[in-house]
Amino acid sequence: MEAIKTTKLTKYYGKARGIIDLDLAVEEGEFFGFIGPNGAGKSTTIRTLLGLLNPSSGSAEVLGKSIIGSRTEVLKDVGYLPSEAVFYQGMRVKEVLKLSADLRKTDCKKEREKLCERLQLDTNKRVEELSFGNRKKVGIVCALQHQPRLLILDEPTSGLDPLMQREFFEILQERNQSGTTVFLSSHILSEIQRNCTRAAIIREGRLIACDSVEALAKTNTKRVTVHGVVDLKALSDIRDLQTAEGSSSFLYSGEMKELLSVLAALDIRDLTIAEPDLEEIFMHYYTDGGDLA
Amino acid sequence: MTLVKHELKQGRTAFLIWTASIAFLMLTCIFLFPEMKGEMEEVGDMFSSMGSFTVAFGMDKINFGTLLGFYAVECGNILGLGGAFFAALCGIAVLSKEEKEHTAEFLLTHPVSRARIITEKLISVLLQIVLLNAIVFGLSVASIAAIGETVPWKELWMMHLAYFFLQVELAGICFGISAFLRRGSIGIGLGIATMMYFLNIIANITESAEFLKYITPFGYTEGADIVLNGELDTGLVVLGLAFGVIGIVAAYCRYCKKDIQ
Repeated sequence: MEAIKTTKLTKYYGKARGIIDLDLAVEEGEFFGFIGPNGAGKSTTIRTLLGLLNPSSGSAEVLGKSIIGSRTEVLKDVGYLPSEAVFYQGMRVKEVLKLSADLRKTDCKKEREKLCERLQLDTNKRVEELSFGNRKKVGIVCALQHQPRLLILDEPTSGLDPLMQREFFEILQERNQSGTTVFLSSHILSEIQRNCTRAAIIREGRLIACDSVEALAKTNTKRVTVHGVVDLKALSDIRDLQTAEGSSSFLYSGEMKELLSVLAALDIRDLTIAEPDLEEIFMHYYTDGGDLA
Repeated sequence: MTLVKHELKQGRTAFLIWTASIAFLMLTCIFLFPEMKGEMEEVGDMFSSMGSFTVAFGMDKINFGTLLGFYAVECGNILGLGGAFFAALCGIAVLSKEEKEHTAEFLLTHPVSRARIITEKLISVLLQIVLLNAIVFGLSVASIAAIGETVPWKELWMMHLAYFFLQVELAGICFGISAFLRRGSIGIGLGIATMMYFLNIIANITESAEFLKYITPFGYTEGADIVLNGELDTGLVVLGLAFGVIGIVAAYCRYCKKDIQ
């Protein structure tokens, strides 16, 4: 069964674009990454999946149920971590966590205590005294304590220190191994690459790629660096050309033979041809130009 | 009823401050009465001969020199205005504050239906209004007894009941408006309560503006009329409560479908 399935999901805010014709399918048990620049529509997608927003057209199913018709039932099995977790002023951390559990009509005291200990969260503090990172931890416990079948995380690591990030992802991996579906929205690519099996990329409200992380990262583009006198005018398929003190570096996605014949005619001292960084690949998805050749 | 509990806790400080303030002012007035009673002959004459000011507060119809007359005007204004402010503030903020303070995302991603959230929030507002009125009524009765006057049970009960209806109506109207708001609500709440108050004063002064009584709930809380007629104007009360119900229905219609941002 699909944990998340959207069909031509579209959301406009008045005339402003949110998301357009989004077809997304996440299998149950997957660790799924959702990548895109700011304003691409990641949060709009998530908020529609949670029933906070009504789609303009199209449909969304979460855990096999329509989010519009069975919002309340769906939310029972979902844990959501917002990118900016805000809680009621004046409440203590433990009161917020208890309130969250009470609203779910579950008693998850044991799990709550375990999570608070692992994340080193002081539950006696008042929420308005907390730093951004500590507020995030409260959000994490709220999202995880009832052991949901689906976790929807919107930029979960912002504000967390590296040690906490590691602990957090360890918890997520454990949950994933015991069957929980994780939907991770982020623009930190290394996070996606390390943890997710599949990922989708969204840009300007449209889904532009959805594949395994390996396949997304694998392209026939190479990063070429040459030292020496170089005239590259003869090459057509080059991008991102950087020249500095007698060396040139560029992304090449054309025929290898052509590259070599051009380079062979030049006075070159040194040459490296390497796989591009993941960042470079995604950067290309982000900016205009569409898919990779 | 988790949310009712939560709302009551969240509103506790404001509730206590409003209840204490209203009760304190009313008790002060009641305890001042015996002292004023001796001079009431003159004061009463003075109050009933101030032209439109007298009419505006209904002092042309009742004797300010009796406890009932005094109570209807003085305490009526305190509980009328104070209670109206409290009810309007409660109603206007209860739904919109979630979005204003960015807690909507937390609340609405829990498995609680929107209708249930609206219902529990409405209950919490009504509970606070009931509680405030019960406390004020109790303290009023006790202090009237304490200054040695006989408690005019029927009139007192009717006046307080009228104010209770007024608060429910205003809370209902503001509750409806609250569902449409995303931020900045307190001004609207206070504005509505104040406007209603002055509409009644205008209606009292100008005969041609008497139709305003059908709009403002202060029309049926006029202490002088209640004391004179010995009953509430059922028509006005029903009409007023209907406004409140319309507000509440509007809140359900709007909030259940609202995009939360």
